[in-house]
Amino acid sequence: MAAIEATGLVKTFKGRKTTVKALDGIDLDVPDGTVLGLLGPNGAGKTTTVRVLTTLMEPDAGTARVLGHDVVKEADTVRGLVGLSGQYAAVDELLTGRENLWMFGRLYRLSSQQAKQRAEELLATFDLTEAADRILKTYSGGMRRRLDLAGSLIAHPKVLFLDEPTTGLDPRSRLDLWQIIRDRVREGVTILLTTQYLEEADELADSIAVVDHGSVIARGTADELKAKVGGERIEVVVHDPGDTVRALELLTGALGIKDPESTTLEEHTRRITVPAPGGSSALVDVIRTLDSAEIRIADIGLRRPTLDDVFLTLTGHEAEQKESL
Amino acid sequence: MSVDLPARVNPIGRALSDAGVLAWRSLKRIPRTPDMLIYATIQPIMFVLLFAYVFGNAIPIPGFPGARAYREFLMSGIFAQTMAFAVASASVGLADDMSKGLIDRFRSLPMARSGVIAGRVVGDLVFNAFVMLIMVLCGFLVGWRWHNGFGQALAAFAILLLFAFAMLWVGALIGLSVGGPEVASSAGLIWLFPLTFLSNAFVPTPQLPSALQPVAEWNPISSIVAACRHLFGNPSPFASPDGFPAQHPVWLSLIWCVAIIAVFAPLAVRKYRSATAH
Repeated sequence: MAAIEATGLVKTFKGRKTTVKALDGIDLDVPDGTVLGLLGPNGAGKTTTVRVLTTLMEPDAGTARVLGHDVVKEADTVRGLVGLSGQYAAVDELLTGRENLWMFGRLYRLSSQQAKQRAEELLATFDLTEAADRILKTYSGGMRRRLDLAGSLIAHPKVLFLDEPTTGLDPRSRLDLWQIIRDRVREGVTILLTTQYLEEADELADSIAVVDHGSVIARGTADELKAKVGGERIEVVVHDPGDTVRALELLTGALGIKDPESTTLEEHTRRITVPAPGGSSALVDVIRTLDSAEIRIADIGLRRPTLDDVFLTLTGHEAEQKESL
Repeated sequence: MSVDLPARVNPIGRALSDAGVLAWRSLKRIPRTPDMLIYATIQPIMFVLLFAYVFGNAIPIPGFPGARAYREFLMSGIFAQTMAFAVASASVGLADDMSKGLIDRFRSLPMARSGVIAGRVVGDLVFNAFVMLIMVLCGFLVGWRWHNGFGQALAAFAILLLFAFAMLWVGALIGLSVGGPEVASSAGLIWLFPLTFLSNAFVPTPQLPSALQPVAEWNPISSIVAACRHLFGNPSPFASPDGFPAQHPVWLSLIWCVAIIAVFAPLAVRKYRSATAH
């Protein structure tokens, strides 16, 4: 069964001067117990999609169901079944961690006693027991985000919506949060996660939908998407400007590259990029080939495809950063 | 532990319970932001000093000679103005919640649609009761007294709090309609200045140009002020002493409060249903 299904979602925002089509026919299908990564730049429609699916906004057209319940007609039922954690930690800064969780527990219709107990469990799970009686103003960004996530788990939701859960976090907190998300997946929770980072979708999602200008322009697993971009690439900067053409010819031969279009050569920066199907083993081949031809290397590196690469390949334009809607 | 959510709850019980939780939240916040209380009282205290000792000397109260008459006259005006400014606490509070994403979080919960605003209104009402208590003490210090007994004075304070309650719903609508807390603060207050100055709060209406007199006497703020002056036994001159506002100040003040609540409470709740962060 699909835990989340959306068909033809359209949402238009009318401003005084401009009309923005935030969603232009989004279709989604997230099977029970899986993680879908919604990947796209700011303004692509990721947050609007989450807002429609969590009943915060009604779509202008299209339908969406969460666990079989229509998000417009059965909004109240849907609210009781899902958890939402946003890109900015939506918690009360003047309440303590314990008070915040108790408040959300009460609003999920737990009794005062149940809400207290659930708050304790979540504080322990998220390693916040020590900070439980401090007001949130004193929390670090990572701690706030953990508390925000804890707040969305109070009612043991079967479906969790995470809107850019790690944006703005330091690498350490990001890893912590990834672990927390993986633990929920192990418990069988279905997750829809939005992110601007291919790496994050790669780490957490079973499948990825790439969104741009309000519609899904590609879907597949992380590996399938990377394959579309051409996978990893090697960048070499040669020392001597006269060596660039010869270096490219040697590498094309050594790596068995059939499509000359997949390589690039920038004369003025002496930079060559070639696809690296074997990843780091191809890196060794490149070094060996250039070394035996006595071509000096100024810089070399293996570059993983980024969101920008995916976008460039899929749309022919770079990921535009627009103001979030 | 597994938690079973009750499938059906009585909707009224649920709305009250949610409002209670949110009111608890507002009350918890009050002692943690002591500067709010300080700023909410500094402005009316300044008004009291300014009018009692500077402008007041130039404003005679018709029919009530003597230097203390103006201070007796003034305090009800100050109380009503202070309660009217409750608009700002609700508008800034809700706009702040909205910009921080808290409104989105609340709206994603299976809670009553009225809960967030009702909780805010109740919490702010307690806050404004504190502010009024400070203003009463301030009034005693400048020589204001009530003359009709404690019961009538209590009735006057009840009307003032009812007025604050009504104005909080206006503030809620403003807070949910504007872009952020900074805009909410000015949008909540800017129209209140002409409204309070074009009333009987600081200047007796007989001294106003005759074209403005009826406007000032029917003004909702004037009706609250007149009701308080009547109940406190303070000077309450009217340009048309036979008109309805002069004859039935308490009734008119109640009618205004009920009318404001009847219009703005549903509008604020409706706004909340579609409010979302930008």
